[in-house]
Amino acid sequence: MIAGIELGLLYAVMALGVYLTFRVLDFPDLTVDQSFTTGAATTAMIILGGGSPWLATAAGFVTGALAGLITGLLHTKAHINGLLAGILTMTALYSINLRVMDGRANLSLLREDTIFTPLAELGVQGTWIGIALFLLGVAVVKVLLDWFLYTDAGLAMQATGDNPEMIRSFGVNTDHQKMLGLCLSNGLVGLAGSLVAQYQGFADIGMGIGLIVVGLASVILGQGLFGSRTVVLATLAVVLGSVVYRLVITVALQAGLNPSDMKLISAVLVVAALVVPQLQFFKRRRERHQASEAARLVDDLTDTPATTKAGA
Amino acid sequence: MLTIDNVHKTFFAGTVNERRALAGVSLTLQEGDFLTVIGSNGAGKSTILNAISGSLIPDTGTVRVDDTDVTRLPEHKRARYLSRVFQDPMKGSSPTMTVEQNMAIALQRGKSRGLAPGLTNTRRQLFRDKLASLELGLENRLGAKVGLLSGGQRQALSLLMATFSEPRILLLDEHTAALDPQRADLVSRLTADIVAEQNLTTVMVTHNMDQALRLGNRLIMMHEGRILFELDADQKRSMTVPGLLEQFRRLQPGARQEAFDDATLFESVKTEDGS
Repeated sequence: MIAGIELGLLYAVMALGVYLTFRVLDFPDLTVDQSFTTGAATTAMIILGGGSPWLATAAGFVTGALAGLITGLLHTKAHINGLLAGILTMTALYSINLRVMDGRANLSLLREDTIFTPLAELGVQGTWIGIALFLLGVAVVKVLLDWFLYTDAGLAMQATGDNPEMIRSFGVNTDHQKMLGLCLSNGLVGLAGSLVAQYQGFADIGMGIGLIVVGLASVILGQGLFGSRTVVLATLAVVLGSVVYRLVITVALQAGLNPSDMKLISAVLVVAALVVPQLQFFKRRRERHQASEAARLVDDLTDTPATTKAGA
Repeated sequence: MLTIDNVHKTFFAGTVNERRALAGVSLTLQEGDFLTVIGSNGAGKSTILNAISGSLIPDTGTVRVDDTDVTRLPEHKRARYLSRVFQDPMKGSSPTMTVEQNMAIALQRGKSRGLAPGLTNTRRQLFRDKLASLELGLENRLGAKVGLLSGGQRQALSLLMATFSEPRILLLDEHTAALDPQRADLVSRLTADIVAEQNLTTVMVTHNMDQALRLGNRLIMMHEGRILFELDADQKRSMTVPGLLEQFRRLQPGARQEAFDDATLFESVKTEDGS
């Protein structure tokens, strides 16, 4: 249970990255599946080489961001379809990750110092204090992302996903925005890979496979359960969604399912999260909600005396 | 101010679908000129606007703003000089973002966008003041998502977003055509007010000849990629819709009347409405 929450919080960093491409930029980025491993592999190699774990963690972010940049270049400069650009980078990265890991499929960090070693030494890892510290760390990432999305640059990025033609007419290079977004997103994914590798005590060449589905599950589940009216709410929902997803997985495992069934569970969860809102009951509820919101707006607008002039 | 020199553009060149959209258009606008462009479908009105805005690069010819050649400058780099209102009210603003966020995006038109907060109290106050000038009550709904606004409200917002950062040139692409007559009237009136107030150099493409005569100080009629005739301020003041049609028939005896039927039809609908 506690381990599930801890893992959920670490994977939330990845889910925030997926949120940035999938929701904000409206870009289905599959690079995630391997940029996660890239971050993990880089961190593991630096730690095994005797480097500082904090430096290794930062390097995980940077290499992840570089992977995102490649997808961005393929998409904007080589005009390759976004989905395909992600698949191409992801495929190539598998080989590169193996190179980074010196040809080994698995690197153990069990006897190395990681950024979590102090927590283990204090005996707080696996306790509620540990969870509180993890939560604090994820909150910092979330708040930084929120802050960015509300700056002039961040607003331009939001508009790039929403209405590219409009934002170009206001002088924004949408290609640059997409590349920046992919960098940031995959940087977060690489950071998550780095954290998960240190937490679990190993980096594995297959650790990122199917991860995009986990990210989507967190985003869709979270926003379905907790809403997404504003950026602050949406990112909070993503973090909570990631934790909920891990808890579902934990429950499923305790119920007797195999760890090898996890990918199936993830996919079914995403399908469910996509289909359930289409059911009649939810549809009607949502339409009512939208109608009331629109009506409130119309009310507000017609309340002002000026509209009589406008309507005449 | 704005100089267009001998611009040509052919679509699908060398195929059976080859279409000459612009066949040597030259035009000069002085500071504060408000030019209305009319013509039938396929006359090249929108193409000339796209050549100015940069969403389309001409085959030959040049477009200059002040003394800068912008012919080959990508659209997003031209935004420093000009802003634009699209025909489709959905195109000019970002639906999932709020009114104030859209305004913040418009405020930074053509400037570099850094890590300063997009919304501050000073900016909010500015947006509230500007929105109040629309007299639509939007100043009280800064936090509302733009997707919830009606077409007319969104187009009025687009117009404000395009103009409140004082562009050198304003481009209007049939920006009232997708609205019902009442809303079209409102946006039309707002356009006249804003352009006059800021003395904006403006190019407006329209299907509605009555609107083309009411707004602006100059008028051109285009046909088959050329400027058929041009009216200066004096000629334009004394011109009527039947006069325009008469002029068109005289210059293009071969052209069919139906080219303008939609415009005349719209006129008759409006008169029946009694508005």
